[in-house]
Amino acid sequence: MDEDAGGIVLFVGTIRNQTNGKKVKGLEYEVYRRMAERQIAKLEKEIRKRWPIKSIRLVHREGKLKVGEVSVVVAVSAAHRGEAFDAARYAIDRIKESFPIWKREKFGGGRYAWAKGTPIQSRSASAPTTSEPQTSPRGIVRRRTRSLVEA
Amino acid sequence: MIRVRMIYFAQAREAAGTKGEEFSLDKQSTVKTALSKAFEAHPKLRPLEKAIKVALNEEITQEDAPLQEGDRVALLPPVVGG
Repeated sequence: MDEDAGGIVLFVGTIRNQTNGKKVKGLEYEVYRRMAERQIAKLEKEIRKRWPIKSIRLVHREGKLKVGEVSVVVAVSAAHRGEAFDAARYAIDRIKESFPIWKREKFGGGRYAWAKGTPIQSRSASAPTTSEPQTSPRGIVRRRTRSLVEA
Repeated sequence: MIRVRMIYFAQAREAAGTKGEEFSLDKQSTVKTALSKAFEAHPKLRPLEKAIKVALNEEITQEDAPLQEGDRVALLPPVVGG
């Protein structure tokens, strides 16, 4: 906790029980881990540059998940709520459009289908591509760990 | 010759029937060279050609990008995170 933060915005994405009127039993995320981890670090850095936030943490699950389980978490703290909401909204939008993540939905009768996606966006206008600090891998959590936040 | 690592995800992985493979290419090769070889080796990938974006060493790239020994070329179908 930052004592100079006035609030935390938390977005928690969960697995819905239907898609386009079809009942979903669960789903499976496939992640290009090496690329996604770099992008998480890059996105956190970009957001810190754009908004005067105190801290940010992005986590996305990988592997098989059941209905109701958590798939993604965005947590942002800031001195004031405005920048925390704006930064969190930006983060989840970017995760959806620019991260190398795919999902296969499981329907009744053991049928699976790939969810319709959009071409990956590479809009990283201000993000530098070199000399990023080499942080330890973070942000993508495999199902078997069962934990949302890495140590 | 140079060796590059091809990586296939989601529908591309299923169409190629493998998560990845190594290609030996001429020294002057580009991303396009590698893609052509992939489509030739796995015709089932062809219907995905227009929808696929390509990452070179984990960065989105263009077809004319030159390749070097040890590069990773990943085929990324349309994404859907969150």
